[in-house]
Amino acid sequence: MNRLRQILPFALFPVVVVGAQILMRATETEYCLTQLTMAVYYAIVVMGLCLLMGYAGQVSLGHGAFFAIGGYTSAVLTTHDLSGFKDATWAAWLQRAHVLVAKQDLYGNAAMTVSPWAAFLAAMLVTFVIALLIGYPALRLRGHYLAMATLGFGLIVSKMLLGSAITGSADGINGVPEWKLVAGLTVTGKSALRVQNYYIACGLALLLLLLLRNLIHSRVGRALQAIHDRETAANAMGINTAACKLKVFVLSALLAAIVGVFFTHYTGGIGPSEAGALKSVRYVALAAAGGMANLWGVTVMSIALNYLSLRGWFGSYDNAVFGAILISIVSLAPEGPLKPLALWLRRLMGGTTGRRPDHGAA
Amino acid sequence: MALLEVAGLRRSFGGLIAVDGVSLTVAAGQIKGVIGPNGAGKTTLFNMISGLLRPDAGQITFKDRPITGLKPYQIARAGISRTFQNPSLFLQMNVLQNVMVGRHSRTRWDFFGCGLRWPGQPREERAIRESARSQLDYVGLAHLADWPAGALPFGQRRMVELARALATEPEMLLLDEPASGLNTREKEDLGGLIRRIRERGITILLVEHDMSVVMGLSDDILVLHNGCTIAEGTPAVVQNDPRVISVYLGGEFQDVAQGQES
Repeated sequence: MNRLRQILPFALFPVVVVGAQILMRATETEYCLTQLTMAVYYAIVVMGLCLLMGYAGQVSLGHGAFFAIGGYTSAVLTTHDLSGFKDATWAAWLQRAHVLVAKQDLYGNAAMTVSPWAAFLAAMLVTFVIALLIGYPALRLRGHYLAMATLGFGLIVSKMLLGSAITGSADGINGVPEWKLVAGLTVTGKSALRVQNYYIACGLALLLLLLLRNLIHSRVGRALQAIHDRETAANAMGINTAACKLKVFVLSALLAAIVGVFFTHYTGGIGPSEAGALKSVRYVALAAAGGMANLWGVTVMSIALNYLSLRGWFGSYDNAVFGAILISIVSLAPEGPLKPLALWLRRLMGGTTGRRPDHGAA
Repeated sequence: MALLEVAGLRRSFGGLIAVDGVSLTVAAGQIKGVIGPNGAGKTTLFNMISGLLRPDAGQITFKDRPITGLKPYQIARAGISRTFQNPSLFLQMNVLQNVMVGRHSRTRWDFFGCGLRWPGQPREERAIRESARSQLDYVGLAHLADWPAGALPFGQRRMVELARALATEPEMLLLDEPASGLNTREKEDLGGLIRRIRERGITILLVEHDMSVVMGLSDDILVLHNGCTIAEGTPAVVQNDPRVISVYLGGEFQDVAQGQES
């Protein structure tokens, strides 16, 4: 029963994914897949936050920045022309190792940039180092202070992106090339490959969901939950709480950065608003809307709400809607709306709440 | 052989000296009691031994290895586990998961292996579960394994906490007022359980208010008052120590003790 409950969503997810695509094809609204793909990417960031906030109990208002660090690193490296160095020996070496690729720019001039795969690895490395440097001091703080520290970090990153010429200032970076993953799979915004890219995003989401599920139902997941509940007791039970918090922070930052890279290749560019505080707050709002420590709830809610947002349902009130969601969840349903809703539904169907097993059952 | 040696331990909070130069020795296989009125420094002493507080001065040696100033998790790994005065279970988890957390320091798969379910990790996970179950069984709560920890009454939380501490495979167990808040029946069960734990070869250091529990269980008792040791010895010696009687226990306890002997 319990096992079924865990497996069922993983079986259902591909069905829903394929079903949505077929439905959109049948109703000739397949162009909406673009927004759905973006929503799925954003949902992965929120999954990482779900682990960090919901399970480990550590707040981050800086995850927009990690998304941007991943995206920008990849965007800068894959668009910045290095052909000035093309005669250098190291450039030849790197070209042979497929780290650098020669191509033509928009005007047909010869250009040389870093290959998307190499840029991806560089983005991961940069994020890893920054997350480590930020997380180490910040995670000594708790509650509001940690929130403030990560918020400050996010603001610094977004101002730096706005102020640097190499990151395109307020315009961001455009013309990011497509990313040939493996075996004919290409991350690109070309409408011919729209369906393929939808499945790439969903596949990535499913893969990471599986990984996070495994993590949550393991020794590490229990340690995170223990830290969330009572850090002192967790430490006294042999958990290196500081190291554990740092690792989960870095992991969730890396998830945000992975998505940043995919997203940048998919949309062909990235702008400074991705790093903004409003984006980070939105991720937190989505995690709250999904019930925080509820991987599937968080995933479904963030795909749905981001999709509506990207389709323009909330109009110019976009950010206000997410702010309102955050406020109402925190004040009305701290566990998220899904759990009370499920309980209410079950009661409506006439069943018991089934919350506590019967005392004498064993 | 001394398993734990504490020498000249001192800790103050602001102007208040909570523990002032306390020394004690716990031999392997012993049950040692620490008693004293409220504010005598018992819990502070415990918190320093288990690493939650850093001593201002003094040495703590466990198995001839200095552990002064180590972090709580390092001390847990070294083989000292503890329970808290107010049972501090992880309330978002069920009873079994609480005990499984106790296995953390004796198991090894980390983020990478757990996320990928690396070969060997699922087997370790099953071993954690089985070991936790057997600890729960040991304290007689196997039937509550699937209960949310928050739904348990106080006395059972104590027992779950004890099972969790045992799951860390300690050589030494620090029990901070394990009998407080328990009814007479539960106290008797607890006494039996503590004796059985000792028979497994686990050394026990016990802070307790309840005289019948501590006198009945301990091989050796340390009496603290205002952060200083005022007496040390077997229950009989401590009970008849004039300083203990006058400073701490008063006449009332003497009557109780005599009543028990008759």
